[in-house]
Amino acid sequence: MDERNERIERLRQMARRMRRTALTLTLGAGSNGAHIGPSLSIIDICAVLYGSVLRLDSANPHWSERDRFLLSKGHGALGFYTALGEAGFFTSEDLNTFEKHESLLPGQPAMCVERGIEISSGSLGLGLSIGIGVALAGRRAGRNYKTYVLMGDGECNEGTVWEAAMAAAHFKLSSLIAIVDANGMQSDGTCSAILNMGSHESKWRSFGWEARCVNGHDVGDLLDAFTAERRTPDRPLAVIASTVKGKGISFMENNNDWHHNRITQAQHDTALLELVD
Amino acid sequence: MLPINASNARLWSILGSRGAFGVAMLDAAVGIENLMVLTADLSVTSGLERFRASYPDKFLNVGIAEQNMIGIAAGLAKEGHHTFVTTFSTFAAMRSYEQIRLHLGYMRLNVKVIGLAGGLAMGQFGNTHYGIEDMALMRAVPGLTVIAPADGAEIVKTVEAMMKYEGPVFVRLTGAINNPIVYTSDYDFAVGKAVRLRKGSDVAIFACGTMVYETMQAAKNLDAQGVSASVTNMHTLKPLDGDAIEEACSYASLLVTVEEHGIIGGLGGAVAEYTAKRGGAPRQLFVGLPDQFGKNGDYKYLLHKYGLTGEQIAGKVMDVLRCGTRDAFKTLVLAE
Repeated sequence: MDERNERIERLRQMARRMRRTALTLTLGAGSNGAHIGPSLSIIDICAVLYGSVLRLDSANPHWSERDRFLLSKGHGALGFYTALGEAGFFTSEDLNTFEKHESLLPGQPAMCVERGIEISSGSLGLGLSIGIGVALAGRRAGRNYKTYVLMGDGECNEGTVWEAAMAAAHFKLSSLIAIVDANGMQSDGTCSAILNMGSHESKWRSFGWEARCVNGHDVGDLLDAFTAERRTPDRPLAVIASTVKGKGISFMENNNDWHHNRITQAQHDTALLELVD
Repeated sequence: MLPINASNARLWSILGSRGAFGVAMLDAAVGIENLMVLTADLSVTSGLERFRASYPDKFLNVGIAEQNMIGIAAGLAKEGHHTFVTTFSTFAAMRSYEQIRLHLGYMRLNVKVIGLAGGLAMGQFGNTHYGIEDMALMRAVPGLTVIAPADGAEIVKTVEAMMKYEGPVFVRLTGAINNPIVYTSDYDFAVGKAVRLRKGSDVAIFACGTMVYETMQAAKNLDAQGVSASVTNMHTLKPLDGDAIEEACSYASLLVTVEEHGIIGGLGGAVAEYTAKRGGAPRQLFVGLPDQFGKNGDYKYLLHKYGLTGEQIAGKVMDVLRCGTRDAFKTLVLAE
């Protein structure tokens, strides 16, 4: 196996582990439930970023040259927390405090740079603006880090996303990468039924971004999207990742009952059978 | 540091609160490498033309997008920049309320929001531009410091203090051009520490922003009528200086709060929250804008219409003092 295939295989295994952990944490959350569906849709993206793309060091969380990852869709917390676990920011024991009283890991992330959580999020549409500030600060300081902001496609209903989209292009923030988790669903149903936004690719391009469309569950595709040379080196990059809400668990896929829900022991055990290595 | 003297005070008065802010920023920025100043298409209105020309690399116009501005400022602050943002007070407080709540309050990022033209200063622009709920909204955000300087000199003092102050702050500027002058000589300014400008024994008046000057006029008027009124410049609404209120409670038979802001949730509300908790405080007269949207008008016309000139404030105090009984007081203030 060549190096690329080995890397892809490693990332696939990592994503499977993350899915298993996310399910177990959802079970542990008991009757509180968790946003399991929208977390499963971002897990391959997070696995690729934390497993291969981001320059991070959990032993040195304030490293000034670290890449910044901002989870704007805060309800993807389980995809994010499990990636932070893989990257050494949290132990399994830490992760098991998910949604426990006063834990570092609430249902939606609370800023804790020490543990890799760059911002608090949960209210949608706010992350990209912060990402602009973070990217501008890096440029002013002559640093080479990149700033990644992960949003949902439903989240892009928020007007603030487009205020930020305009500004990032205007400021030529090529170090800023927006990722749209295009799972086609939002809380109340499908994105096309709730508020049909048309093509994300053409929208982001028309706002002055370089846009790349990828299969958000194909780790090779994702790797290429994040690492391939830019066609437009002075533009910010939007990676539009087509995903499936609930990806990886057949009874959760494309089923909005799992936008936020509790899981039974039996459902958990059935789901894990679909995630064996 | 800009010297506070009669000549500068006159200049800052002529420039108005926004001009004074611009002058103060230009001076205070010297040597602060990590400073960034953002505006939402209001650099001229913010008095920042010279700042923009002098420090183009420290200035960013984000266009007419206040929410995005607070977000960008938060990102810069997160990465160690000392960040100021400017727009009209009502736009900052209302349009970007959630960003202020989450990025400044919840995440405690070091952003200073400068709210221009709080109160009625926008005159003929009308209610869309009046900041009459801004202090109430900002006070409600956990962890946010709220300051309303009294005049040009205090704006200079506030800006200088902000350059050293770590943490999120909302600074509310009031008044138009030719602002009344309160300070013509230097004094100690500290965030959270009220300044007693005049001693008195019968009535204790607390004011902020432009109302500090009017209240000084009111105290003189009251003096001529045989009523001794103290005046305290409560420039910081949050954290509130409880000691200043305790002191007033020790000698006054009436507390008065005066603000160019709606009577709900501003300075009057802050003082009442304190005294209700402590119990046994004197009665309180709230002087401010009525709980309604009024009509447009020139700034001075509006101040007069809503009874916010020194003479009118004194008149309201005298009305209360003449009441005598608690029931009469109740009837009077509830009729307001």
